[in-house]
Amino acid sequence: MLKLKINNKDVEVEEGLTVLQACEYAGVEIPKFCYHEKLSIAGNCRMCLVEIEKSPKPIASCATPAVEGMNIKTNTSFVEKARKGVMEFLLANHPLDCPVCDQGGECDLQDQSMLYGIDKSRYKENKRAVPEKNMGPLIKTIMTRCIHCTRCIRFATEVAGVPELGAIGRGEDMQITTYLEKSMQSELSANVIDLCPVGALTSKPYVFEARPWELKKTETIDVMDAVGSNIRVDTYGWEVKRVLPKINEDINGEWISDKTRYACDGLLNQRLDSPFINRKGKFTKCSWKEAFELIKSKVKSTEPDKICGISGDLVNMETLYIFKEFFNKHLNSKNLEFRNDYIYINPEKRENYLFNSSINGIEESDFIFLIGTNPKFEATILNARIRKAYLKNKTKIISLTDVGDLTYPYTKLDGKTDIIKEIINDQHSISSIIKEAKKPLIIFGQSSLSLKSSKYIFESIKTYLIKNKKISENWNSLNIISDNASTIGNLDLGFYQTIDGANQVLENLKNHKYDLVYLLGQDSLEFNKQNEFIIYQGSHGDKGAQIADLILPGAAYTEQNGYFTNLEGKLQKAYKASYPPGESKEDWLIINELTQIINEKKIFKNKEELESSMLNYLNLYKEKNFKKTNSEKINLEFFSEKILIKDKDYYYSNPIARASKTMFYCKNEKINLKSTGTEG
Amino acid sequence: MSIKKISKEQPENFEFTSKNLETANKIIKKYPKGKQQSAIMALLYLVQSQNDNWIPLTAMKYVAKFLDMSYIKVYEVATFYSMYNLSPVGKHFIQICTTTPCMIRGAYKLVEACKEKISPNEKQLSKDKTCSWMEVECLGACVNAPMIQINNDYYEDLDKEKTLKIIDQILNGENPKPGSYRGRLNSEPENNRKTLMDIKNA
Amino acid sequence: MLKDKDRIFKNLYNDMGSDVTSSIARGDWSDTKNLCEKGRDWIINEIKISELRGRGGAGFPTGLKWSFAPKEIGTKPHYLVINADESEPGTCKDRDILRFEPHKLIEGCLITSYAVNAHICYIYIRGEYFNEGKKLQEAIDEAYKKNLIGKNASGTGWDFDIYIHYGAGAYICGEETALLESLEGKKGQPRLKPPFPALIGLYGCPTIINNVETIAVIPTILKKGGKWFASLGKPKNTGTKIFCISGNVNNPCNVEEEMGIPLKNLIETHAGGVVGGWENLKAVIPGGSSMPLLPKKICDTITMDFDSLIKEKSGLGTAGIVVINKDQDIIKCMARIARFYKHESCGQCTPCREGSGWMWRMLERMSKGEASIDEVDMLMDVTKQIENHTICAFGEGSAWPVQGLLRHFKKEIKKRNNFSPIIDQGKNIPYLVDQHLLDKENA
Ligand SMILES: Cc1cc2nc3c(=O)[nH]c(=O)nc-3n(C[C@H](O)[C@H](O)[C@H](O)COP(=O)(O)O)c2cc1C
Ligand code: SF4
Ligand code: FES
Repeated sequence: MLKLKINNKDVEVEEGLTVLQACEYAGVEIPKFCYHEKLSIAGNCRMCLVEIEKSPKPIASCATPAVEGMNIKTNTSFVEKARKGVMEFLLANHPLDCPVCDQGGECDLQDQSMLYGIDKSRYKENKRAVPEKNMGPLIKTIMTRCIHCTRCIRFATEVAGVPELGAIGRGEDMQITTYLEKSMQSELSANVIDLCPVGALTSKPYVFEARPWELKKTETIDVMDAVGSNIRVDTYGWEVKRVLPKINEDINGEWISDKTRYACDGLLNQRLDSPFINRKGKFTKCSWKEAFELIKSKVKSTEPDKICGISGDLVNMETLYIFKEFFNKHLNSKNLEFRNDYIYINPEKRENYLFNSSINGIEESDFIFLIGTNPKFEATILNARIRKAYLKNKTKIISLTDVGDLTYPYTKLDGKTDIIKEIINDQHSISSIIKEAKKPLIIFGQSSLSLKSSKYIFESIKTYLIKNKKISENWNSLNIISDNASTIGNLDLGFYQTIDGANQVLENLKNHKYDLVYLLGQDSLEFNKQNEFIIYQGSHGDKGAQIADLILPGAAYTEQNGYFTNLEGKLQKAYKASYPPGESKEDWLIINELTQIINEKKIFKNKEELESSMLNYLNLYKEKNFKKTNSEKINLEFFSEKILIKDKDYYYSNPIARASKTMFYCKNEKINLKSTGTEG
Repeated sequence: MSIKKISKEQPENFEFTSKNLETANKIIKKYPKGKQQSAIMALLYLVQSQNDNWIPLTAMKYVAKFLDMSYIKVYEVATFYSMYNLSPVGKHFIQICTTTPCMIRGAYKLVEACKEKISPNEKQLSKDKTCSWMEVECLGACVNAPMIQINNDYYEDLDKEKTLKIIDQILNGENPKPGSYRGRLNSEPENNRKTLMDIKNA
Repeated sequence: MLKDKDRIFKNLYNDMGSDVTSSIARGDWSDTKNLCEKGRDWIINEIKISELRGRGGAGFPTGLKWSFAPKEIGTKPHYLVINADESEPGTCKDRDILRFEPHKLIEGCLITSYAVNAHICYIYIRGEYFNEGKKLQEAIDEAYKKNLIGKNASGTGWDFDIYIHYGAGAYICGEETALLESLEGKKGQPRLKPPFPALIGLYGCPTIINNVETIAVIPTILKKGGKWFASLGKPKNTGTKIFCISGNVNNPCNVEEEMGIPLKNLIETHAGGVVGGWENLKAVIPGGSSMPLLPKKICDTITMDFDSLIKEKSGLGTAGIVVINKDQDIIKCMARIARFYKHESCGQCTPCREGSGWMWRMLERMSKGEASIDEVDMLMDVTKQIENHTICAFGEGSAWPVQGLLRHFKKEIKKRNNFSPIIDQGKNIPYLVDQHLLDKENA
């Protein structure tokens, strides 16, 4: 600990802090523009000047290490004068366009100038005008407002791992730009909008939409992937205007992916706002009562084992839970499934489908082995952590398949499953790396779990890890990246029927063994419908609704409270920021009311009862004594094949994203970049 | 310094000649392993010498790949330093120092000479496209002011007439001799030298 | 006047040729091995005794700087970097060393590298000095051939390589940390200090950076003894120095003289006096454009050394003396210097980036008489807002010359810009002019 004096008060702070950090620790606020705790120190804005006894000059607190016995002063007229001087320079060439600037109301420059600005401009020369730059469909630039703090450049190079932003020219003519003004090739690019302390980089889709004080702000959870990033949803009436990151050091830190941020305009399009019945190929509106009665008649006339329910990717856990109760207890059917493909699962133990090392754990690891995954697309935020680990510890990273640029260097293998065989037989160099690593991370992606040899790959590696004590109390190196927000919820709640990992419900469905199919927000099913009667419940008129005979309009993730479990197994609650449009209803309510029509009895009295019942179930499930994993040899069949990464349509991966114009632009931008050859 | 203009006309391709490739590899060896980025400045000069004294965009990409750097970093360097030309300059590129020490000894008279002989505006090619001129900051030959630099050579102790003559010679394809145009030895005090006289007279 | 036998740079004007043979004839490369064999501590101590101060502008004691380098080579190699960026207006001394006395520099590099444990030395030459660099490279090649440098350089047992690195037209790269950035292949933007280059410099390794002249005088100091060097000049301002005398003098020149020589003496003896006579003198910039100018009154008596000039709120800087006589418009002269700083600011930090252009534009208007009277004080304010608030010393370098002008020629500026549209001076009407920022002592 260091003893210092800050404004004549004695304080003790940890060693290794800067003067700025020490001051903030002591509750003394320091104005700053270029400093950001997640980025390297630039020390270029000069706003954070403080006085230090015995130093004739004011010093930049962000760039000066605190040392024992320092006497720091932040409230003297010496300091104030220095800061006022810097502020005047910052404003000298800054346009006075706050009334038409989207940053207004949340602008650091505006706020600081209230404290350090002078009431009148003394700068009588012409102000500098800087041409706008093209940075793609997400980032709007008004570079005349730029104060050259270089936060955006540092973010792109350090966090996003795409050194594409830079400051060209020099002196007062320095300009921030991308190389030849092409858009940034990063799934994290829009974070620079939050980082920009002024209105130089603002959100293009959100341009002139609202002022920050007009918006209702709700802190909640994102569902665009299984990471469970913490977000803030800003709404104006019913409309979700924008999504911003909320800091959660364990998950997303301070960042969110572009999809998390910008798919939200998909919440306004293609919405189902009333129940519909498909009459001879034509959807007609109907009342809830009609819809429920129709279901009732179908249920009554169908054998329970001819009924199946398939849940989707963005469904919250309350809905899943009540749906399961509905199926098991009221329809007497066990035919529930969430997989729309033939992914291998082994739900014997919870660790078999979680990212066990945890997202924070990534930073501690000393070796990372990627098996059939492109984390950049499957879990963008998690990939940023891998990059951070690489930057911090130079962690060695190997991928079984070449998946292109991941923003960090890694060794690429040829993707053959034979390598797995060699590893577990201690015949591959990776074997010894795994053995020697203290905290290895073995990461399975979905692409490695949908092969003929998936079972072999997964189980044999797992056995190998157990044998080598890499799955233990202290460190569990087994990790799976699940691809959707509700994957873990579905697994925890038992939405599968499986022997040996196979997908029986899907098999039966494809063989047309079911007469009544209930799709709960399931929009990714490839299915040739014959005589089945299909009920679709969900928020968007997407693939599921297209094949439905009856549509029940549900709510999206921003329109109802609900739990999601992220890929590490963390249970988080999403909160209602808006309400379902038109006739549509919260999803749990639909099931509850439907049950009342069918069986004259609601499943749960109210949402609270549902919630506590579900949490109870989950607790019991987690405490359940799982079967001891057989470490003795199970019969595993090996196939020599190549693991290819499934080319998922990143910007179009779910119904909300598919309804989003912004995602459409992003997708186009990528295609254009490829076709014009202005590559990397 | 205003942002440099990038030429509208750009060649499709750029590659080092085999001789320059060899030079480039030699330059990289001057720096420790993995620090090849240090060679960027020298390589950009090499590009410039190969490509009529200016650097096209494709060459920047080429150099970036050559040194394993991102394009924007090369672009930053090329726009930061004033000696890299990003659009064509004349084969004879005349730089006139007009910073105060030269200015007070009549540098702007030399500017007039260039305006008369080459082009009315700086950075503008002469009619026959072989020449251009620009004002630059202190070239570090202040005791020989006013002076100009033509390509790599310094012409010192000038006045307007002498400059006109030098430009004429250049336009005629001659190679005027660099150095002082008042006939003194380098930076010695003209007609007034009091030091090291025995060496001078030896 | 300094006696010829005490001049270090005997070939300053290239009377004899700069090749290795004539350099050896002048005494270069004699005794190099013996000097090194006396040991690192001896070398550094001898330089401390000589009281040599850096010739690059800041005047930092050289022996002290070297002693900051780690005593032993740790996991990282050490580097010596020679600052030959010479871009300070009014300065052209390193140029003559590079082209006419390259072997003094190379020998100095070897000895210095030996003293600070460096095996590699980079010489950063400004890009415009293409021919000077070529000359130096020839000398380096000669030195390699004679095994003066290279493996077991000069028989010292020390392996030593020298490489030239050309800049490309950026004054700021003379600032030592910007120079390192540039050497690493980046834009020349100064680094934050601490850490200092002596511990974390080039490629993150301990690095000693010195000016060309500083290093080129090292061999002679060691050969003749630190005491000899200290006996010249004044205490703490010892030795000889190359002065560059430019501007309105009859015979502009470079000349090596004793530190502490009176300015008037220097100009009249070597440069043939001020054009139009001493009485026609208006002002002198004594140490390169960054140093505040001195009016004639001070020039009458001032001596040319670090400490005397500091007392007059100026500095010796690079000893680039720019003489300005009464035929010149002093405001225009300084406006041109302000334009230089505007052009050369790296743009990294706010006060320098925004302030340098502001000062230039105001001075430009003032030289035309287009400014109002209150702006004169405001200009002072702007310089004060830049000074001490920047990352590197460029901020001071750009602010000081303007302060010098205001300090000594305010009356003249006010006379030309006497237009006062808003208020009468002295009346405090806060909502009309932002007087709360005005520096009281200047108001
Ligand atoms: C803006 C700026 C420009 C400078 N330019 C030069 C230069 O051209 N040559 C030089 O030797 N030192 C220059 N310096 C000084 C160097 O930073 C450094 O102090 C010097 O090279 C140290 O060498 P010395 O101790 O031998 O003087 C400059 C400093 C600043 C702040
Ligand atoms: S655009 Fe914004 S974040 Fe980027 S450098 Fe400029 S002010 Fe800073
Ligand atoms: S160049 Fe150093 S502060 Fe701007």
